[in-house]
Amino acid sequence: MFLFLIAGTDGVFAQENHHGATQDGEKLNVTELILEHVGDAYSWHIVTIDNKQIAIPLPVIVRSSNGAWHFFSSAHFEHGHAQYQGFSIADEGQYKGKIVETNAAGEEIRPLDFSLTKNAVSLLMSSALLIVLILSCARWYRRRKVEELSPKGFFCAIELLITTLIDSVIKPCVGKNYARYAPYLLTVFFFIFINDLLGLIPIFPGGANVTGNIAVTGVLAVFTFIVVNIFGTKEYWKEILWPNVPMWLKVPIPIMPAIEIVGMFTKPFALMIRLFANILAGHAIVLGLTCMIFITVSLGAAMNTGMSILSIIMTIFIDVVELLVAFIQAYVFTLLSAVFIGLSQVEPHHHKNSEI
Amino acid sequence: MSLLKPDLGLLFWMLISFGVAFFLLAKYGFPVIVKMIDERKAFIDKSLLAAKEANEQLENIKEEGEKILAQAQAEQLRLLSEAKSLQAKIVEEAKTQATIESVKILQKANEDIKSAKNAALSEIRAEVAALSVGIAEKIMRRQLTDSAQQAAMIDRLLDEMNIYKS
Repeated sequence: MFLFLIAGTDGVFAQENHHGATQDGEKLNVTELILEHVGDAYSWHIVTIDNKQIAIPLPVIVRSSNGAWHFFSSAHFEHGHAQYQGFSIADEGQYKGKIVETNAAGEEIRPLDFSLTKNAVSLLMSSALLIVLILSCARWYRRRKVEELSPKGFFCAIELLITTLIDSVIKPCVGKNYARYAPYLLTVFFFIFINDLLGLIPIFPGGANVTGNIAVTGVLAVFTFIVVNIFGTKEYWKEILWPNVPMWLKVPIPIMPAIEIVGMFTKPFALMIRLFANILAGHAIVLGLTCMIFITVSLGAAMNTGMSILSIIMTIFIDVVELLVAFIQAYVFTLLSAVFIGLSQVEPHHHKNSEI
Repeated sequence: MSLLKPDLGLLFWMLISFGVAFFLLAKYGFPVIVKMIDERKAFIDKSLLAAKEANEQLENIKEEGEKILAQAQAEQLRLLSEAKSLQAKIVEEAKTQATIESVKILQKANEDIKSAKNAALSEIRAEVAALSVGIAEKIMRRQLTDSAQQAAMIDRLLDEMNIYKS
C-alpha cells in the first residue's frame, strides 16, 4: 500500500513537471492547473518528456449543428492546438476545454458531444472491472456448496464488506423489505468505492476525478431518487401530499405539501453535492500540496528543498486520508440512500390502533 | 463554473456504465453472494446446534457408563461377600460334621475299648479262676478233697478280691 502511494505521488510530480516545463519560467497558475486536473479531458495525459506530451488519444463522438455525426480520434486536435473537421477545443470562455464548432456568425457553439472523455473511459473501465470482480466472486460462490469452507483472501474481503453493509446499514435503515433494495445499495457502494480508489492512483488507468464529477454523482443521486419514489408506499405519498398537520397548513395554501415536495428533491441533491464536493476537494488538496514544490522554486534552493520535503510528507498523509475518505464517502452515500429508501417504506402509524 | 455544470456526454456514459453494472450485478452478482452468505449462516447455526446436541448426548452416555460401572462394582462386592459367607458356612458345617463324626468315632472306640476290656477282664477272670482253681486244687489236693468246698471258698475269696478292688 505504501509503495503504491509513493509511486502515486511520483506520478503526480511527473504531471506537474510537464506544466512547469511548458510554462518556461512563467509564474505557475495553480488554480488553473488544479481545475484542469480535476476536470475532464479529451485525451488521457500520462507524462511530458522534453516538451513532448505522451497521452492516450480518446475517441471523439460529436454531432454538429447540421445534424452530421463525426467520429474521430482526439489526437487530431494535437493537444488543443489544432482544428479538425470544423471542431476545436475552446481555449477560453464559456466552453473552455470543451469541443466547440464555430458557426457562420463566428460564434463558438457547443455540438452534441458524446465523446469518450477521460472520465467516460475511466467509468467504463472501472465498471468493467467491478463487474468482473463481483461476478467472479459470485461464480466462486455458485461453484461451491454451503458445507464447504468460507472464502479466503479477496473474496473474503468482498464478503466482509457485503455482510457489514447489509447488517449495519441496509437492514437497520431500510427495514423489513431490505432484501429487495440490497442489490441496488451494494452496487452503489462498490461503484463509488472502486471509482474513488481508481481516482487515487495518479497514473493511467487511474487518476480520473470520476466521483468528483457532478454528472456522475448526479446520475447516482437520480437513481436513488427513482428508487425512493417509485417504490414508496401509499403512506409515504400521503405524508408528502396530505401530512398529518393542522388543516390551515394545508388549505388554502398547501404550505406543508410544498415543503415536503421540496424535501423530496433536496435529499438526492444533497447526495449529489456531498459526494462530488468531498472527492473533488480531496483531489484538489493533493494537487495543491504537490504544487508547493513548483511555487517555491523562486524562493531559492534551500527553501525549495525544505518545502519539497514538507510537500511530499503532506501529500502522502493526504493520500492516506483520501483512502479513508474513499471508503467513507461510498459508505455515506449508501447509508443515506438506505435511509431515504427506509423513509419511503413507512407503514401507517394508526394502523395498529384501528386493528385492536 | 464548469465544474458545477454536468456534461451531457458524461451523463450519457455514466448512465450506460452504471446502468449496465447495476443490471448485471443486481441480477447475477449480489443476490448469489448474499444468498450464499445467508445459507452459510443458517448452516453454521444448524451445525452449532447439532454439535451442542451431540455434546449433550455424549454427556449422557458418559453418565450412563459411569452408572453401569458403579452397578457392576456393587454387584461384584455383593458377590464377593456372598461367596465369603458361603465359604464360612461351609467351613462351619464341615467343622460341626467333623466334630459329630469324631465324637461318634470316639464313642465307638470307647465302647469297643469297654467291651474289649470287659471281655479281657472276664477272660482274665476265667483264666485267673482256672489258674486259681488249678493252684488251689494243687494246694487243696493236699489239704482238701471236697472240690465243692474248695469252689465255694475260692468264690468267696474272689468276691473279697473284687470288693477289695472296687
